[in-house]
Amino acid sequence: MFAYIVRRVAAGMVMILAMSLVTMVLFFASPVDPARYTCGKNCTPELLEQNRKALGYDQPVLSYWVDFTKGIFVGSEFPKDPALKKSAPETIADCPAPCLGYSPQSSRPVRDIIVEKLPVSASLAIAAFIMWMIAGVGLGIVAALRKGTLVDRAIVGSALVFYAFPTFFIGLGLYVFLALKWGIVPVPAYTSIADGGVGLWLQGLLLPALTLALVYIAGYIRLTRAFVLEAKGEDYLRTAQAKGLKSGRILFKHTLRGALTPIATVAGLDLGGLLGGTIITEQVFNYDGLGRTAVMAATTYDLPVTVGIVLVAATFVITANIVVDVLYAVIDPRVKYS
Amino acid sequence: MSTWVPTEGTSEALLSVRDLKVTFPTEDGLVKAVDGLTFDLNAGETLGIVGESGSGKSVTSQAIMGLHRGTRAKVEGSIGFEGRDLLKLEDEELRVMRGRDIAMIFQDPLSALHPYYTVGNQIVEAYKIHHGKTSKSAARAHVIDMLERVGIPNPQKRIDQYPHEFSGGMRQRAMIAMALVNNPRLVIADEPTTALDVTVQAQILDLLMDLQKEMNSAIIIITHDLGVVAEMADKIMVMYGGKAVEGGTADQTFYSAEHPYTWGLLQSMPRIDRERLERLQPIPGNPPSLISPPSGCAFHPRCAYRDDENLGCSTIVPEFDVQDWHPVRCLIPAPKRKAIFDTEIRTPSS
Repeated sequence: MFAYIVRRVAAGMVMILAMSLVTMVLFFASPVDPARYTCGKNCTPELLEQNRKALGYDQPVLSYWVDFTKGIFVGSEFPKDPALKKSAPETIADCPAPCLGYSPQSSRPVRDIIVEKLPVSASLAIAAFIMWMIAGVGLGIVAALRKGTLVDRAIVGSALVFYAFPTFFIGLGLYVFLALKWGIVPVPAYTSIADGGVGLWLQGLLLPALTLALVYIAGYIRLTRAFVLEAKGEDYLRTAQAKGLKSGRILFKHTLRGALTPIATVAGLDLGGLLGGTIITEQVFNYDGLGRTAVMAATTYDLPVTVGIVLVAATFVITANIVVDVLYAVIDPRVKYS
Repeated sequence: MSTWVPTEGTSEALLSVRDLKVTFPTEDGLVKAVDGLTFDLNAGETLGIVGESGSGKSVTSQAIMGLHRGTRAKVEGSIGFEGRDLLKLEDEELRVMRGRDIAMIFQDPLSALHPYYTVGNQIVEAYKIHHGKTSKSAARAHVIDMLERVGIPNPQKRIDQYPHEFSGGMRQRAMIAMALVNNPRLVIADEPTTALDVTVQAQILDLLMDLQKEMNSAIIIITHDLGVVAEMADKIMVMYGGKAVEGGTADQTFYSAEHPYTWGLLQSMPRIDRERLERLQPIPGNPPSLISPPSGCAFHPRCAYRDDENLGCSTIVPEFDVQDWHPVRCLIPAPKRKAIFDTEIRTPSS
């Protein structure tokens, strides 16, 4: 098992580095000159050339990537210019390991940007995750147990309605009606726990997390319903009944254990995918998270930030994959890794 | 044994089933899975219920366990167990009896055991639910003892293993340990050897017989294989299309079978005393529809001895006379049936 985890983590790291290379290749292949975006209104060819050199965009993509990878392990400095460092050390930004690059547009190390934006996205993802897991799995179980009744149809049908609408529609709908028109909830704005305490933090998360949860809830209701129904047909449930167990124990110990294992897999992967930022939800609610930052970076040709966020998101997805696989061996005794 | 069941009201049997009917409403019509079944089973006795798929044998066992409750199935008649009608009990009263007084052994132990829990966990659970006051360690000790009794080697270690770590035969032994852990008075074994290797089948049947002697439980063994019940059963009931077609002692069923369907079962059974080149004779045709069964005798479309003109096999429904000592649901007169068996069915050595 330990050897398996080590192997998976090593493979994951290789994958992350490969993804950074792919992102850079795409970026370098673009016909737009990224240095132009760092140069401002009073740009002269000399200044442009100087910026391009400072950013490393004059190098071939592979050596840019090698520099970047080295920075992750040993740190780096921006711009990398020994002559400048001697003459004007105050213009050199230090970027200690793990260095994810330096954003010329915002004049900050990428890592600082990510550290600032990640809690926003992570809060949103986790809050939404908790909402859709409780509601989705719970309603899915209820629908399965009441299969074919009005309750079942109402649950599955209404979930489908939310699933059918685009995220921005649901988000704006909730925003306009619940917050602005009816004033049932305060207008959402992100407040970190450090700034406003847990209360304000949760208040700010309510609507965006609800929007995100509503998008995911339908899938979870249907999955849970299907898996519970499948589990209910298993022979081992008849055994449990024949033993004389009470129906509550049959449901919670025997039915759900079998039914919810596959849900855990899907849930882990979905959460991993969301931790790296949500683009539309953050946009609708004006949340300054990773998703929004990534869009900004991509549209302003800020390569270091784009690569940094891609890597963070990829790390979450890959980690979630490993965690889910390991978790599976813990949940299901039949699964063994070697 | 005297008559198939005693006259009205005098039954002192452990289990006395009277006119049991189980029907399922479906879109195509009402499925009569079990249609008027009557039998008795005394304490310590073994009843073999034999029939092909769809004959209603498994549905009967599930009706006795009350496993149809909460489904759309309708169960009528009466199932007397120690003087109480199981069909009239409250759900909670019946639940308490399940596993404690009546236990069940299923066909495929791999799917009947929960893959995520250890064998010990599942058997301890079966014991603890009916012995709430017993401590965990005492229950565990009892289960280890039980595993030993069903012939599982090294039970202290095996108790903490998962079903997938057991072989097929060992799994069925564990299943038997789970069924017998509360010393039930009635054990229903639904095709207990069908999923097992032939070499293991006899071991499992021997084990069941030994444990039955030790614990004095009654057993209903459900099978499609007459060979399985040949040695084990005191009584045999042959079912066809949801109805009993022949009932009697094991000897009667083997050595003086009188129903053409039973003959068919006997002839489709491989036998060591037959000529090697002689082919097994399958019963022609398909099992009857349970929604609209054939008119008259349900077996007549497949019967080689039918005689519509003189006996009316396709119009008259034959009776199963439960007051007979060897009831047979057939219109052919008894002397003629005996003659056919003696001349055509019985093999020289039997």
